[in-house]
Amino acid sequence: MALLKTSFLFLSSLKHQPDRTLSFFLAILAALSGLLLLLVILFLAKEAWPGLTNGGWRSFLTHKSWYPLEGMFGIFPMIWASLAMMFGAVLIAIPLGLSAAIVMRFYIPPTSLLAQAYRLILGLLAGIPSVVYGLWGLTVLVPLIGQLHPPGASLLAAILILALMILPTIALTALAALEAIPKTILSGAAALGMSQKGQILSVALPAARMGIIGGILLSMARALGETMAVLMVAGNVVQNPDSLFAPVRALTANIALEMAYATSFHRASLFASGLLLTFLVFLLSWFASRNMGNNHYG
Amino acid sequence: MFVNLKLVWLVTLLFFSSFSTTMAADNRLVITGSSTVAPLALEIAKLFENNNPGIRIDVQTGGSSRGINDARMGLANIGMVSRALKPAESDLTPFTIAMDGIGMIVHKSNNIKTLSNAQIIAIYKGKITNWKQLGGSDLAISVVNKAEGRSTLELFLKHFSLKNSQIKAHVVIGDNQQGIKTVSGTPGAIGYVSIGTAEYEEKQGTPIRLLPLAGVSASVRDGVFPLSRPLNLVTKGKPSLLAKRFIGFAQSAEVHGLVKNQFFVPLKP
Amino acid sequence: MADQIFKAVILACTAFIGLVFLWILGEVVVKGISHLSFSFLFDAPVNSGRAGGIAPILVSTLMIIIVAVSVSVPLGLGVAVWLSEFTKQGQKFATSTRLTLDVLAGIPSIVYGLFGNAFFCIYLGLGFSILSGGLTLACMILPIFIRTCEMGLRTVNDSWRKGALALGMTRTAAIWHILLPSATPAIIAGLVLGIGRATAETAALIFTSGYVDRMPESFMDSGRALAVHIYDLSMNVTGGDHAAYATALTLIILIVFFNIMAQFMMDQWLGRKVLSS
Repeated sequence: MALLKTSFLFLSSLKHQPDRTLSFFLAILAALSGLLLLLVILFLAKEAWPGLTNGGWRSFLTHKSWYPLEGMFGIFPMIWASLAMMFGAVLIAIPLGLSAAIVMRFYIPPTSLLAQAYRLILGLLAGIPSVVYGLWGLTVLVPLIGQLHPPGASLLAAILILALMILPTIALTALAALEAIPKTILSGAAALGMSQKGQILSVALPAARMGIIGGILLSMARALGETMAVLMVAGNVVQNPDSLFAPVRALTANIALEMAYATSFHRASLFASGLLLTFLVFLLSWFASRNMGNNHYG
Repeated sequence: MFVNLKLVWLVTLLFFSSFSTTMAADNRLVITGSSTVAPLALEIAKLFENNNPGIRIDVQTGGSSRGINDARMGLANIGMVSRALKPAESDLTPFTIAMDGIGMIVHKSNNIKTLSNAQIIAIYKGKITNWKQLGGSDLAISVVNKAEGRSTLELFLKHFSLKNSQIKAHVVIGDNQQGIKTVSGTPGAIGYVSIGTAEYEEKQGTPIRLLPLAGVSASVRDGVFPLSRPLNLVTKGKPSLLAKRFIGFAQSAEVHGLVKNQFFVPLKP
Repeated sequence: MADQIFKAVILACTAFIGLVFLWILGEVVVKGISHLSFSFLFDAPVNSGRAGGIAPILVSTLMIIIVAVSVSVPLGLGVAVWLSEFTKQGQKFATSTRLTLDVLAGIPSIVYGLFGNAFFCIYLGLGFSILSGGLTLACMILPIFIRTCEMGLRTVNDSWRKGALALGMTRTAAIWHILLPSATPAIIAGLVLGIGRATAETAALIFTSGYVDRMPESFMDSGRALAVHIYDLSMNVTGGDHAAYATALTLIILIVFFNIMAQFMMDQWLGRKVLSS
């Protein structure tokens, strides 16, 4: 899609003085926002340092589980749990979120009351505090799952709550991307005699994929970073996620549960796990940029 | 347009930050630490502010270790700690303002009336996994434990001579209310929480029940509870005049009503 | 036939989402409405928030959002314009800026809280204050806002750019009068997502804007945000559930208000631009 890749630079070089000034100024802003990450990472690294030096990092890899009071700092069960939650949630939220975006774009008129209301609800849900999702999960969802397989607080509960929480992000960003597709493309497809399903699946979705994938990435990162809701429904037992009904602890929940009480090496190791989370998100973004080829990162 | 906005912001930021050095004035106290103590300290602070116009007391939450750290580093005038101080913390001076007891709770529908210490240990070690092994109904036991570092966990482990790695927990919780909400939503659950709050919730109709510990029914009113912890304010070195006055006020009988409102036990005079 | 099945399936999915969300919203409304009243909005909290109202907390929240939005929107729009209009495909600096922003978007809010506390509160000396909280939130919502704005700008039809250049407009003028107005839906989406996230934030604010629940007098005062209040009432204060749900309901009403306001303001501001250009 050449259309999606263009910018002013693509068309010609900067001839006017005000344009050059603006470009320079905006580049500084961009550098500033990039600096922010450096600042965050530096800060995390500084706090995590006592936990990483003197062979401390080895305890994260070799210890079997996480019992700080007894000097055990195995971090792998929580990494697996965090990843399992994230992928589970995204797996559920992508088809549902895309359906919602497609319906709002193609099946109901955007000015209708129904569409407006639905959009408002999605906007609302993106803004409900995670603690409210957590409360709902703890008082409604967990007892429901508990009837199936006690205690109910489990990987499954966390996946479902996270899927709900990231749905609005996926749906709203996908909708914005779909709405930005030029009408001419779609009418061209229709003129070629494509069915509506064909238009949506083979023309609209591919044309909007940059925005859609961007939204999915955002939501994956949010799922990985979500703290309060996961803490309330996942059960927080440090173990490998070997079943959907197993209670597990996410890295973020671990930080929230213990940070307020941790001292010295324990505290440093919590910051180290924050650093690790940041690194996981980096891997995720980098991996996505590789796979999306020219479209997203150039 | 956004060029200007950005500039305005930079200027505003600089403007505000020039004021920030006036933080630690004579009429101002900063108190940080335990989330358990914070609501109580905030209420005491409001009453103190009312009695002493012109004084401002900022209470910030964040956990006992934050209270200790901030008091040590001088970031706070007073730290809040929801446990007794450890030997490594002897550089700080504790002032107890209230007591908190801990009790075992089960779901209301559970027909077990009492548990011995040995039974509780067996449950938490995963040796007993179903209530029918104790004469109850055929229901899997969900063991609710606290997260590491919480003083209630440390108290529980010490009382029953357990190590946390021996405990086979099904749910690990953080704050007190999460424990109550988890147990009330899970018929087979057993957990331990602050007694005063459990008594209140039981009265409100929340489906939980306090179990007697080793035959003694715990109760805040009688001051009887085998498992208890002090709620402390701590200072580094000698407290300032204002801090001293505030601590004195927080230990006085004037605040007993506030202490009871938060379901803690006031100090005996 | 396949067309019909496809339509039925996605309509069912959409309806299902709507129902689940109405369930959650309904739960908050039902449990919160009885406690919500005029005085709840205009009184100070009493007895740790079990009684009284949330007036100071509402004010603090609004002030925090004002700080966060007025920092992140101009900064974010600027970076988004730069990324989409002034960088070449494959340019190293732009690529790494994007990657950086994606990583920033994924940092857990609790980490932002710890960072904000160390950097704004202690290092810059702003202390526990609404300013610290707002700046921390600005860092948090910046990447989301930039990402959605950039996407909106990139999908603006290229013939508009060509047309503007052919007319001899400077790029600066073309961006201001043509590109930004046509990217309105994405900018609104970004703004709504950002404000939503800012109002919903708990973990990052406990450590920065703080816990004090008295009426703030300036941006340098510590002030408790709505989400922090909800968290404290539901998880830490026994007997605070009713007030927690009423506060959550207030927050939802506030978000509805923001959504409508954002839509309205963007329509006003950018709608006029399109007409005048």
